[in-house]
Amino acid sequence: MPTLSAFRFIASKAAGMLAVLAIVAVLVFVLTRAASGDPVSVLLGDQATAADIERVKRDYGLDQPLPVQFGYWLREVARGNLGQSIFLQRPVTQALAERAEPTALLALMALAIAAAIGVPCGIVSAVVRGRVLDQVFTGVAMLGASIPSFWLGLVLMQAFAVSLGWFPVSGYGAPGAPLAERLHALVLPATVLGLLNSALITRFTRASMLDVLGEDYVRTARSKGLAEHTVVLKHALRNALVPILTVLGLTVALMIGGAVVTETVFGLPGVGNLVVSAVLRRDYPVIQGALLVIAALYVLINFAIDLLYAVVDPRVKA
Amino acid sequence: MSLPRLTVRNLSTSFPTEDGLVRSVADVSFTIAPGKTTALVGESGSGKSVTSLTLMRLLPKTAQAQVSGEAAFVTREGRTVDLLQLHEASMRRLRGNQVSMIFQEPMTSLNPVLTIGEQIAEGVRLHLGLGRAAALAHARRMLDLVEIPAAAQRVHEYPHQLSGGMRQRVMIALAMACEPTLLIADEPTTALDVTIQAQILALMRRLQAETGMSLLFITHNLGVVAHHADDVVVLYAGRVVESAPVRDLFAEPWHPYTQGLLACLPGQARRAGQPKPRRLFAIRGQVSSPLSPPPGCAFEPRCNHAEAACRGAMPALVPAPAPAGNERQARCVRAVAKLQQAALARGVAPRAKPAVWSAKVPR
Amino acid sequence: MPLPRAIRQLMHRRIVLVAAGVLGVIAVLALAAPWVTAFDPHDTAVLQRLKSPTAEHLLGTDELGRDLFSRIVFGARYSLAIAAFTALGAVVCGTALGLAAGFFRRLDAPLMRVVDAMMSLPDILLAIALVAILGPSLANVVLALVLVYTPRVARVVRASTLVLRELLFIEAVRALGVRTSRILWRHILPHLMSPILVQLSFIFAYAILAEAGLSFLGVGVSPDTPTWGTMVAGSQPYAHQAFWVVLFPGLAIIFTALSLQLLGDGVRDLLDPKLKKVG
Repeated sequence: MPTLSAFRFIASKAAGMLAVLAIVAVLVFVLTRAASGDPVSVLLGDQATAADIERVKRDYGLDQPLPVQFGYWLREVARGNLGQSIFLQRPVTQALAERAEPTALLALMALAIAAAIGVPCGIVSAVVRGRVLDQVFTGVAMLGASIPSFWLGLVLMQAFAVSLGWFPVSGYGAPGAPLAERLHALVLPATVLGLLNSALITRFTRASMLDVLGEDYVRTARSKGLAEHTVVLKHALRNALVPILTVLGLTVALMIGGAVVTETVFGLPGVGNLVVSAVLRRDYPVIQGALLVIAALYVLINFAIDLLYAVVDPRVKA
Repeated sequence: MSLPRLTVRNLSTSFPTEDGLVRSVADVSFTIAPGKTTALVGESGSGKSVTSLTLMRLLPKTAQAQVSGEAAFVTREGRTVDLLQLHEASMRRLRGNQVSMIFQEPMTSLNPVLTIGEQIAEGVRLHLGLGRAAALAHARRMLDLVEIPAAAQRVHEYPHQLSGGMRQRVMIALAMACEPTLLIADEPTTALDVTIQAQILALMRRLQAETGMSLLFITHNLGVVAHHADDVVVLYAGRVVESAPVRDLFAEPWHPYTQGLLACLPGQARRAGQPKPRRLFAIRGQVSSPLSPPPGCAFEPRCNHAEAACRGAMPALVPAPAPAGNERQARCVRAVAKLQQAALARGVAPRAKPAVWSAKVPR
Repeated sequence: MPLPRAIRQLMHRRIVLVAAGVLGVIAVLALAAPWVTAFDPHDTAVLQRLKSPTAEHLLGTDELGRDLFSRIVFGARYSLAIAAFTALGAVVCGTALGLAAGFFRRLDAPLMRVVDAMMSLPDILLAIALVAILGPSLANVVLALVLVYTPRVARVVRASTLVLRELLFIEAVRALGVRTSRILWRHILPHLMSPILVQLSFIFAYAILAEAGLSFLGVGVSPDTPTWGTMVAGSQPYAHQAFWVVLFPGLAIIFTALSLQLLGDGVRDLLDPKLKKVG
C-alpha cells in the first residue's frame, strides 16, 4: 500500500542518487579531459591540417568554454551517445553492449557463490560465537580478504584447468556457443571472485546477527520455548537482513572491480578487459563511457537496495 | 495445604569476569504456592533479574554462568521436575507453556518485523498444536482478554504501531496464551507511567484470579508489593535477607534493610501526632561491590545496629520462633536473637536454634 | 586506555603478536635486503632459468634466471614503500576531509556527496583510470591510490567526529571562545587517533593488494620495477611450467596483507573491548 510517506522516502533517496550521479558525471568528464589533453589531436592523429582541426573543433563544439562542452556531453549521454571508440571504430555504447554479457554473468555467478558461502557461514559463526568454529571462520574470512584475486585465479587455473583439465584455461567458449558452455567457462573465474568476496559477507552477516541475537525480542522468543533454529532463522535473521543487504550491494561494486582483474587472467571478453585495454591504448571515449556506466549501475543498485529496505522492514515505511 | 508450585532451594548463580568470580545470586531459597503471588524485592544489582533468568534458563550462553541449587516445579500433570537440571529440550516444552515470563522493557521485547498476532500464535501453535487459523483466533481472544481494543485489527498490526502500555499487554497475552501455571514478571510496570502501571497490575491480578496461576513478581516498588503480593522475599546483594507474608512484613519488618526500605516510603515518614519531617529517609552508604564483599553480613557497613558478630561471618537465614509456623525468615543475628529472647520471655520454646556459622562462608 | 594496559591486552592475543612479528620480520628483511640476500635481484642468468627451489636458490629462479628469494626481498622494499606512502597519504587527506565534513555542518552534505561519488566506482577501476590520467610512474601510482582510499578514511573520521562534536566538553571549550582550529587540533584529533590507526593498518593492506593488481594488469608501475605485482605479471606466461614463480610472490603478498589486517583488527578490538566482548 503506497502511502504518502513512502513516496516521500523514495523521492528523497532518488534526489540523493541524482546528486551523486551528477557529481560522478562531472568527475568522469574532468578526469578524462585532463588525461586526454587535446582531444582533437587524439581524434585526428598527427596528419591533421589546420583546417581539419578548425572543422573538428567546431563540429564537436571544442571551441566553447569547458562548462558548455560538459553540457554538450551530458546532452549526448542523455541521448545514449557515449562517443566513438578510437581503436574499435564503433560507438562506445555498442562496444559496452557487446562486452556486457560475460561480465554480467560473471558478476551474478560470483555474487551467488559469495552469498551462498558467506551468509550461512556468518550465521553459524554468530550462533557458535567464541568457540573454535567461529574463530576458524573469522580467520578464513580474513585470509580471503588478503589474497590477491589474480593470484588465486592463477592458482585455480593451474590446478583445475591445466593439471586436471576440468575447465577451459581461458576464453569464453567459441562464438555462438550455447549458454551452458559459456557458463562452464565462467565457473573458475566466478569461484575466484565469489570465494574472495564471501569473506566480507561472512563478516558482515556475523556482526549483524550478533547484534540482533543480543536484542530483547530474541530473549522473548526463547522464553516462548521456541526451538533454537526457529529463533535464529525466523526471529533473528529477518531483522539482520537489512545490513546484510547493504553488504550485497557493496559486493556488487567489488565484483565489478574484481571482474577487471579476473577477466584479464582468464581472458574473458568482458567490460573489465575492455577498460584495461582502453587504458593501455589511451582510448579515452571508452574509458569515459565505461566509468560512467559502471558508476551509474552501482548507484542504481544501491538505490534499489534502499527501496528493498522499505519492503523488508515495516518500520521504514512509517 | 497443597504442594507449592515452585520450591527454590539454595539457588546460586555466579559469573566469571575479568576481575574475578561474581556471585550475583547466592543461596536463595523461597517457595510459591499455587494461585499466590510472591514478590521478589530488591534494589538494582540485588540479583532479582538474574534469579528469574536462571529459573527460566535464559541466561546468555556467553555469560558462562555457574548455577547450583534446585528449583522444584510441579507440572500440570502433577510431576515434579528440577528446572535447573532439565534437558534443554524438556525445558523448551515448559517455557511459554507452563512457565512464562514477561520482561521489563515492552518497547524492545517484541519482534519488530512480525505481526502481533503471529508472535502470539506461534507459541500456541508450538505448544497446543493448533493450526494457523485456530492459533490466530486464539491470539485474537488473548488480545481481548488483556483488554486491547479493536483486537481483530490489532492482530495484524506491528509492534511499532502500539504504545508502551499496549505492548506490555501484548506481552502478557503472549505469556498467558498457553495458560501457564507460573508466570514470572520481571518489573513489568517499571517502564510505564503510573496510570498505566495501575491498569496493568489490575489486569494481572484479574487474570491470576481467573486462571489460578502463581505469580513471581519481581520489583523494587514496595507500594506495588503491599497491594498485590501474598508473600515477600527481600534480596540484598544476591542473598535472601528476609521473607515473610506481606502483612507481617509491613507490620513488623525484622531485617534492618527491610526496615530501612520501609522507612524510605514517603508515607512512612509521617508519624501521627508529630510534625511533618523535613527530610526523607535514606539508607546510608551504598551496596558493596560484588567483587569485594564485606567479610560478614553484606549489609553490615550500612547497618545502624551492627555488632561485632555481624562482621565475623555471614549470618544464616533462620526461620523465626513464631507460633504461626515456618513462614518468616531473616538473615540477621540481632533480629533473630531479639525474637528468641521475646519468645523465651513468653515461655515459648524456640523453634530452632539459630546457627551462626563460625567459619567463614566460602565465596 | 593507558598505554601499558593497552600493550598488555594486546599481548594477550597471541595471533596479533604473531602478526606483528611477521610484519617485523618482513620489514627487517626489506631494510636489510642487500645483506640477507645472496644474489643481485637484477642479475639475469639464462642458464639458470626456471629452476625449482634448491639450497642455493631458496625459492627457485624466474624466467630470466634471477633468484626469486632476492627478488621477493628487494620487491618488499618497493611494495611496502608504495603501500606505506599510500596509507599515510590517504590517512592524512582522509582525516582532513572527514574532520571538515564532521565538524562544519555546512560542509558535511557536499563533501559527503563527493565522497559517495568517488566510492561509487570500484577501487581498482578508479585506480586504473587515475593512473591512466596521471601517467604510469611510482609516484603517480601512490597518488592514484591515495585518491582511491581517501574517501574511505574520510567516512570513518567523519563518523567519529560527529560523535565527538556532540560531547559536552566540546561545547564547553567552544563556550570559552577557543579558536576552532585549536579545538580541532588539541581536542578532537587526539580522540581520533584510535580509528585512524586502525584505518592506517587496513589501508596499508589494501594498498599492497591494489598495487599488486595494478602492476599485474600492466597499468601500474613500469615492469622494470621489481614489485611483487610486476613479478607475477612477468612470470605469468611460465606459470604452468614452474608454478613457484607465481606462487611465492603471491604468498609474500598474502602474508603481509593478512598480518596487517590482523594487526588492525587487534588494535580495533583493543579500542572497543567492552562493547565487543560482552553480548
